[in-house]
Amino acid sequence: MVEVSEQLIAGLKKKAVTLRKHIIRMTHNAQSGHPGGSMSACDIVTALYFHILRVDPSNPTWPDRDRFVLSKGHACPVWYAALAERGFFPVEELMTFRKLNSRLQGHPELGTTPGVENAAGAEGQGLSFSVGLALAARMDHKAWRTYCVLGDGEQDVGQTWEAAMAASKYGLDSLTAFIDRNGIQQEGRTEDIMPLEPLAEKWEAFNWHVLTIDGHDFRQILAAIEEAHRTRGRPTAVIARTVKGKGVSFMENKIKYHGAATSDDELKLALAELEAMEAAF
Amino acid sequence: MVVVGADTTESIKTIEFAKAFPDRLFQLGIAEPNMISVAAGLAAAGKIPFAATYSVFGSAHTYNVIRQNVAYTNLNVKIFCSHAGLTVGPDGATHQINEDIALMRGIPRMTVLVPADGPETAKCVDAAGAMKGPVYCRFSRTNVPTVTSAEDGFAIGKARVLRDGFDVTLIGCGIMVARCLEAAATLERERISARVINLSTVKPLDLATIDRAARETGGIVTAEEHTVVHGIGAAVASAIAANHPVPIAMVGVQDVFGESGEAEELLHKYGLTAEKIVEGAHDVLKRRDR
Ligand SMILES: Cc1ncc(C[n+]2csc(CCOP(=O)(O)OP(=O)(O)O)c2C)c(N)n1
Ligand SMILES: [Mg+2]
Repeated sequence: MVEVSEQLIAGLKKKAVTLRKHIIRMTHNAQSGHPGGSMSACDIVTALYFHILRVDPSNPTWPDRDRFVLSKGHACPVWYAALAERGFFPVEELMTFRKLNSRLQGHPELGTTPGVENAAGAEGQGLSFSVGLALAARMDHKAWRTYCVLGDGEQDVGQTWEAAMAASKYGLDSLTAFIDRNGIQQEGRTEDIMPLEPLAEKWEAFNWHVLTIDGHDFRQILAAIEEAHRTRGRPTAVIARTVKGKGVSFMENKIKYHGAATSDDELKLALAELEAMEAAF
Repeated sequence: MVVVGADTTESIKTIEFAKAFPDRLFQLGIAEPNMISVAAGLAAAGKIPFAATYSVFGSAHTYNVIRQNVAYTNLNVKIFCSHAGLTVGPDGATHQINEDIALMRGIPRMTVLVPADGPETAKCVDAAGAMKGPVYCRFSRTNVPTVTSAEDGFAIGKARVLRDGFDVTLIGCGIMVARCLEAAATLERERISARVINLSTVKPLDLATIDRAARETGGIVTAEEHTVVHGIGAAVASAIAANHPVPIAMVGVQDVFGESGEAEELLHKYGLTAEKIVEGAHDVLKRRDR
């Protein structure tokens, strides 16, 4: 296993708090959007954008870049926050999220937002899109990799499994899928709406290399990516156990915050909690 | 009657049905094609299934399932979808389906309903449940003024004249009916008498009412929260072209995708306003009198 320094982990943790503050502010300002699933995926997205992905903010369409695909497009606040912090566009622009004439659409739009790699909104299309990307990389003998983040609600979608079969058929080892296993979809717990377990066994049966991790532990996230890189002949599925709304106590594990912004009072409370966390670093 | 849902039963309120009849709502998760085929199976075994979710998922996302498993098989499935059109607002283009009327009216055997307000939506539910065969009904999430009343007669296939007039006819569906009435009031101040028709059944089209409007008023403006490509404008245009051609203007989304924004902002930016309907009427009158 590669050495991961304390300093790196501390830096990622701090960045993740910054992204969470953006997510809360953006959705509050829009008074709509999806904070819960943005917060649960935040540490995975942070690890990717601030340590793993080879991307160039000054040249977002650099052909040899790694590709990040957000299949659960409603969680785009975390993507936009990461892209802004990474320098793809000004941080101030985050406050235009979901407003008329904005480059930051309510669901991602390819070609409009610098750094956005796929259009999403209807659940369940991102993994198929990622299969296409990974096939193209192989055809062109390129070394860039594709990382796709899916929701656990997206495990309901038939197309996710169509993509899973295609990826293993073609042995796409440059493809890594993160399943944000926060246990909640739009209007309830996944196991009530449509039971998914045993989920790891499903992905294994589809011939993927499967890892289960704590999706808020940077060491585990980085180790999983490392293992995915080492895995030959098969795509890797990382089932990341997460908490929906992670980082703000009153939002954690609450179905409500799937698609609800904070009120003015909640905004203050949420930011205070995140700032206290930041100060502790 | 049974209901099938796709992780949106709370926001579109079919959850209320489950409160009254807990064992008659089937929650099928984020799997709309599956939901439609399950509904078809339920219908084939004698149930009256209502499949309900957001319009983009209940129409475009499931188009061929509806075509094969519902319409081709002529099954008694009622697809009722909310969140149609631009007024979904901040969610943006992916969720703003402006093509569902076009898709659904193109399918043989499909009945297509677009109620103008709350009371009319309730009547659509009753009428769809009472008839045999596939139905697609779409409505918007946004608040709309009430323009019909519980006492008004309602029948599938009958367009209702809400206001009589003789110079031009404004034909609207859904949220645009209220805007047609607003436009008619403006036109009246200009001494232009506008007839207003609520086209809540898009298919089968009420040819008699449309033909009469063309003959008696000599010009038509259509208004829909939908693309003008194959929407109600196109349906009315082909009907009058075949019977009694008169100038027509179409207010609607002009073959573009929407974007994020508040409902009213979007209606304004994309030209779905009473002012545009008035402009359409002026344009029609000018062309007719040339
Ligand atoms: C095909 C489709 N059906 C329904 C929806 C409405 N919807 C938006 S998000 C969501 C739930 C998503 O749950 P999950 O994938 O677990 O996301 P997360 O918990 O990570 O936010 C639903 C049903 C959709 N976007 N796409
Ligand atoms: Mg989830």
